[in-house]
Amino acid sequence: MTVTETAAQPVRRLKWQPAQVREIVVETYRVKSLLLHVANWQGHLSGQHVDIRLTAEDGYQAQRSYSIASPPEGESLTLTVERVDNGEVSPYLVDDLRAGDQFELRGPIGGYFVWTAAMGGPLYLIAGGSGIVPLMAMLRHRDRRNGRAPALLLYSSRSLEDVIYREELDMMARGDPDLRVIHTLSRKQPEGWIGRRGRIDKALLAETCFPPEQNPKIFVCGSTPFVEDVSRFLVELGHDPLTIKTERFGPSGGQAS
Amino acid sequence: MDGITISRGFRSRRQEQTPKNRLPPGQYVTTDFPVLSAGPTPQIKLEDWTFALQLGGSLLGKWNWAEFEALPQTTIKTDIHCVTKWSKLDTTWQGVTFDDLLQAVGLTEPPAPYIMAHCDGGYSTNVPVADLIGSQGMIATRYEGLPIPPAHGGPARLLVPHLYFWKSAKWIRRLRFMEKDQRGFWESFGYHNYGDPWKEQRYDGD
Repeated sequence: MTVTETAAQPVRRLKWQPAQVREIVVETYRVKSLLLHVANWQGHLSGQHVDIRLTAEDGYQAQRSYSIASPPEGESLTLTVERVDNGEVSPYLVDDLRAGDQFELRGPIGGYFVWTAAMGGPLYLIAGGSGIVPLMAMLRHRDRRNGRAPALLLYSSRSLEDVIYREELDMMARGDPDLRVIHTLSRKQPEGWIGRRGRIDKALLAETCFPPEQNPKIFVCGSTPFVEDVSRFLVELGHDPLTIKTERFGPSGGQAS
Repeated sequence: MDGITISRGFRSRRQEQTPKNRLPPGQYVTTDFPVLSAGPTPQIKLEDWTFALQLGGSLLGKWNWAEFEALPQTTIKTDIHCVTKWSKLDTTWQGVTFDDLLQAVGLTEPPAPYIMAHCDGGYSTNVPVADLIGSQGMIATRYEGLPIPPAHGGPARLLVPHLYFWKSAKWIRRLRFMEKDQRGFWESFGYHNYGDPWKEQRYDGD
């Protein structure tokens, strides 16, 4: 972690602005991507998030944070949202929202859990469930550049039906010898599944990871227990804690509910 | 409601009503205790833990775990508010108040107007001294009567509950007095320099 104590950027307020849903993409049975039109989007970096604000007819408001799934080069700001049962905002976004609907948004937010092509590689991404979203923005960004840094995505999902962006990841990996995508299915595997099974453990990390000497840029995103486990294993495998950037989706934390 | 976008069909799904004076704008109540950290949770052994109070580069006081535990203990019950929108009501913390730390090193007045909190894992955050004195800030070592779990900042975290919770820095090891305010970790990445939840000071310029 680089600690900066000098005064940062000039102050500019992040204003709420209307976002209109252009298109909704069904990613899995509980995950959808919202392709948004934001009139004067100022741009973002892969890994950043936005705050959204919903206002009911009676004036009631709710705010949440969601990771941006689209790369800076994307033509449409895209959020990918997982329905959290008993949540207040995500069931609305996943089940009720239709193309043409509006809500408010501000951002981009966060400057630490960010990867740009200029930061180089190797890029080592470890995702649990919907933790893939900010990492996908990084892979999409990388995919649109020449001279791609070597990259590895280790992605744990409960079942094949829970894998978000499956086809796009397959396509990306097929056309790119410098990208490896390794799926593991933790709870349920389809018949004939020849991929990995079970949670990401220390052995799987040891077997697949870029060695610490290569100074990989490591990003870990998922539920709190997932990130706690994976980041601890990585430290035990010799990676400098300061090279491991994490984002945790709490059980009812801002990112997930 | 001038200029506000109504989201068609959206309505509150809150079961219980939280009194308005307990919940800052844009927050919701959770009974979980979500974890947000920029990196791996440091694993610190109590026998290796020390806590220091510094003025610039000079040491005002330093304690090991046993010495720190022997300082006067205070328990407070308070609400906490995370910038990621969750609030948690009636949390109980025990530790050593900032006032008692000053007294322990023989100071009657704070020697400078700002502090930088330095933590294991490289994290830092800045807080005005005026927000720590008068029992407003403490170094907490117990949560709900038990040692603070590492993921929640144990063995010790700063607690400044009237500011957004990133100011209550986890894994604290050092408080350094500063003549001039400087930005800490999240404050350098676009988060608000002060972070008053009641004024919804989440990000720079709020």
